[in-house]
Amino acid sequence: MRAPDSPIITKGDVLLAVDNVSLSFGGVKALTDVSFDIRKGEIRAIIGPNGAGKTSMLNCINGFYHPTEGRITFKGETRQRMRPHVAARGGIARTFQNVALFKGMTTLDNIMAGRSLKMRRGFFWQVLRHGPALEEEISQRRVVEDIIDFLEIQAIRKVPVGKLAYGLQKRVELGRALAMQPELLLLDEPMAGMNLEEKEDMSRFILDVNQQFGTTIALIEHDMGVVMDLSDRVVVLEYGRKIADGKPDEVKRDERVIAAYLGVPH
Amino acid sequence: MFYREAGQYKTSYAADMAVFPLRQDRIGLAIIIAAAYGLAFTKNDFLLQAVMIPFLVFSLAAIGLNLLTGYAGLLSLGTGGFMGVGAYACYKLMTAFPEVNVLIWILTSGFFAAGIGVLFGLPSLRIKGFYLAVATLAAQFFLQWAFNRVPWLVNYNVSGAIEAPLRTLFGVPIMGPTATPEVRYLVVLTLVIFLTWIASNIVRGRIGREWMAIRDMDIAAELMGIKLLPTKLLAFAVSSYYCGVAGAMLVFLWYGGAEYTVFDINQSFFTLFMIIIGGLGSLIGSFFGAALIYMMPIGLGMLLPAILAPFGLSIGSETIEHLRFLIVGALIIFFLIVEPHGLARLWQIGKQKLRVWPFPY
Repeated sequence: MRAPDSPIITKGDVLLAVDNVSLSFGGVKALTDVSFDIRKGEIRAIIGPNGAGKTSMLNCINGFYHPTEGRITFKGETRQRMRPHVAARGGIARTFQNVALFKGMTTLDNIMAGRSLKMRRGFFWQVLRHGPALEEEISQRRVVEDIIDFLEIQAIRKVPVGKLAYGLQKRVELGRALAMQPELLLLDEPMAGMNLEEKEDMSRFILDVNQQFGTTIALIEHDMGVVMDLSDRVVVLEYGRKIADGKPDEVKRDERVIAAYLGVPH
Repeated sequence: MFYREAGQYKTSYAADMAVFPLRQDRIGLAIIIAAAYGLAFTKNDFLLQAVMIPFLVFSLAAIGLNLLTGYAGLLSLGTGGFMGVGAYACYKLMTAFPEVNVLIWILTSGFFAAGIGVLFGLPSLRIKGFYLAVATLAAQFFLQWAFNRVPWLVNYNVSGAIEAPLRTLFGVPIMGPTATPEVRYLVVLTLVIFLTWIASNIVRGRIGREWMAIRDMDIAAELMGIKLLPTKLLAFAVSSYYCGVAGAMLVFLWYGGAEYTVFDINQSFFTLFMIIIGGLGSLIGSFFGAALIYMMPIGLGMLLPAILAPFGLSIGSETIEHLRFLIVGALIIFFLIVEPHGLARLWQIGKQKLRVWPFPY
């Protein structure tokens, strides 16, 4: 899948670098001069109080927003204005804070839709649905079935996702992102609104994805216990600025982080 | 009891992805298709000419609109216009090249409709929902104006009408005044079955999934690498192709001739009603919707006098006409409230109930 001229990035190298990124909507500054990097193979958490600009950061990374200032370098390539589908082709996949599944489609179709980019047969063969198009459909189905097995959602394969419980929807959405076989997986609050058991399941899936497939993961999460246990490094945002960056233990002791989360006595 | 999948194992993904995975469904479909062909030999000209041919033609138009509105989520009120493009393109083609078989021209005329559809689909990247419907309404009015005002389209015929010339297939007239309803019915039936098969292939594959993805959550679709504009334009193209072919069949295999008024805004609305009642995003729903909207008034026209006759009441044909409108209108409201997913959903529920019968679940 990798373009022949792009550099080969091994574990531990910088996969994505965010340099002095600012984003403003009119007079509202969502992000101010934020810099950090994501290394290949790590789980990177982005945390911060509500409205800190975490989701805006993810939107910049996958090309949905364009930073007003600064640069984002992915796999050694700097792009000023990256279109979302270009980011997707480059290997960035994401899930959403409010589940953004295709509600009228079945679990299977949702995850198959995630394979769209890998399917190359043109309109002619699609119309006939024979020969190469059918072979491709079956080979992609095999990949999708592996993901379904991995996420343990075999039983809901043919259920329209609109009818599923919230926790399962989150899981299907992870499956849809995994179907893209991304190099960088962005998870926007993968555990929001889940009970303890569902959170444990989801944590296990995230760790498995990271370890078995070697996928680099950037996640936004509010459950500090989960963040500290899962992530290799944490970046903390507050009011659109970076206030801390480092290993979970360092960040936990940082005074500005404690102040941001607990407040300071006046 | 009779409709159960017990003992039918799927051993490959291909078997699991079949349109009709159940043997009973396949047998049922074979019976329906055989019966449909069998109808041609009943020699019942009224049934074929006034019921079956228009039903099939409208079903095809409904499939066309359903691909766009039901699958890709793009609301269109230009169906009548796009059907007209198909009809006029077919007329121009077959009068300019009379030696080429007319079936080829009917299928080719759809491509002209597709081109026009893409042109008017261009705003769909920026506008959605009702606003897009208004943009396609512009297409409807512009096209209808063109059919009326551009004499080149009707080969400078002073009456402004297009008429089906005599055309044959293997020596049998299939179009024009001497073509029998049986032959025209067989041609229409074959074309509709073929095009329905194509549509089902498209919607079950990658393209259909991309359309539905855009319909359900366009932002997520875009972030997954689906390009919105080409995908939406493809939906307009395929949809308009179907409408165009339906329009050509409407004039040349049913009416035998038509003026521009056939392709007016009412045609667009009726097709939209068909897919809303039949079921958005369902091919079989397109057939159900066309059957209900088109056949029910005919059924009422025959039934009402028969019901009232024993009571010594007679009913005028105008009253029947008014009653039709009343009942169709009431049914539309009823369906929108009770089953927004249309007849196709009722069909699905019925099949599910039959599967588990006599148990409740």
